[in-house]
Amino acid sequence: MTRRSTDRAALRRFGLLLLVALGAPGASAAEYLQLFVTEPYLELHTGPGRGYPVAQVVERGAAVDVLKRRTEWFRVRTERGVEGWASERDLLRATLADGTPFTLNRGDRAGYQTHRWESGVSLGDYAGATLISGFTALSLTDSLKIELSAGQFLGDLSNGYLLDLGLNQVILPHWRFSPFLMLGTGWERTEPKATLAVPQDQDSQTAYAGLGTRYYLGRRFFLRGEYRHHTVFTSRDSNEVKEEWKLGFAFFY
Amino acid sequence: METRLRILLLTLACTLVGGCASVRWPWRGDAPVQAPEVRAEEAEADAPPVVIEPQVERRRVTVPKIDTENFGVGFYFGEISIEDFTAVPLIGLRADYHITEDFFFEAAYGKAEAGKTSFETLGGNVQLLTDDERQFTYYNLSLGYNLLPGEVFAGRSRTMTSALYLLGGVGSVKFAGEQNFTVSFGAGFRVLPTDWLAIHIEAQDLVFKSDLLGVDRLKNNLQAHLGVTFFF
Repeated sequence: MTRRSTDRAALRRFGLLLLVALGAPGASAAEYLQLFVTEPYLELHTGPGRGYPVAQVVERGAAVDVLKRRTEWFRVRTERGVEGWASERDLLRATLADGTPFTLNRGDRAGYQTHRWESGVSLGDYAGATLISGFTALSLTDSLKIELSAGQFLGDLSNGYLLDLGLNQVILPHWRFSPFLMLGTGWERTEPKATLAVPQDQDSQTAYAGLGTRYYLGRRFFLRGEYRHHTVFTSRDSNEVKEEWKLGFAFFY
Repeated sequence: METRLRILLLTLACTLVGGCASVRWPWRGDAPVQAPEVRAEEAEADAPPVVIEPQVERRRVTVPKIDTENFGVGFYFGEISIEDFTAVPLIGLRADYHITEDFFFEAAYGKAEAGKTSFETLGGNVQLLTDDERQFTYYNLSLGYNLLPGEVFAGRSRTMTSALYLLGGVGSVKFAGEQNFTVSFGAGFRVLPTDWLAIHIEAQDLVFKSDLLGVDRLKNNLQAHLGVTFFF
């Protein structure tokens, strides 16, 4: 009997050692943000969505570890090891260990006016062909940006690619509805469809001037509509003029 | 007399030494600093004895970053029915970005190799397309909407979050030597066995206009696939 119990104790010790050896480094490596509940209680849902049922509540004054975030939901763990999803709205009422309120940079109007980068995708029309494009801009000031955009156009007669680099001047950056002007240069590759008599790919340099407007949606997102007037420098006697219209969705960071 | 002289000389020497010490020599930059030190020592001696030294350092709270898992990348395998050609296996890559709990963006790139038309099969040596032209590749950018989020139960103790979602997007299809603007729409079902892994079943229709067989026609290319996405 004594022999068996010492065996069991040895096994338990061995198990503990194994746990420490395997589990402890993982546990100590991850350091989570700790928040304290200040409202009467914090609701924990079973999933990251408003429809998931509330399975647990954390009382006022208790702490939770924030494990991860998915969209507007945070997976948290209570002191008793229970995990659940708390909404962003509820967690923003919690405080940090030093008593200061928990804040989160979700993007706001001030960020819409002053930010470093913005990117987006858009859909439009380029000289009769459908244009799918994306852009990235670097802000030099609140109103002046360097902008790179790339797109593919797909039409009945020809397909091709566009690459534009230019300046973008936002006229009223502090307005929700802020217009802008553009000026730049670019490159265009046209691939005529095989059904045409002499299919030949063409690379041309272009220059563009344009105007557009942005509209702040909320958080980090805004809509962007624009018109660009392209002059394509061809090898023929006269240059070509191509018009581009597009509407897109963009975000800043 | 001698004693007086000695006292006078000593006084003079003391005055001189003291005077020299008070002169700020340019090579002794630290000289004036000594004075406050002496004053501080004096002040300490005058102050009442301190019982407990209040040396409580304020704890610096470093805020750890929250791991945001809105991005996902993955791959899929399935079957696509290319109009006028047969249904063939399909492979693809996908990337997701979840904007809110309702909406997400999805970018996908897929690839398949078209089979033979019935005409080619029956006609013996007839070949409508070269091997290169049989490569069917597409990309699309879609906006997704989680229409029916929910939970699924596997056995008694396992619960997984899930969602039935709708997809609509634009892109292009490269096939039979031509590339066309494509509109895609579909629906899918996503199950998350863990927070970082999603398993999808998705069905989509890729629609484009083509004049491959002489007249402009809308081509419907239905596809269904099974895929996984890893969130990070």
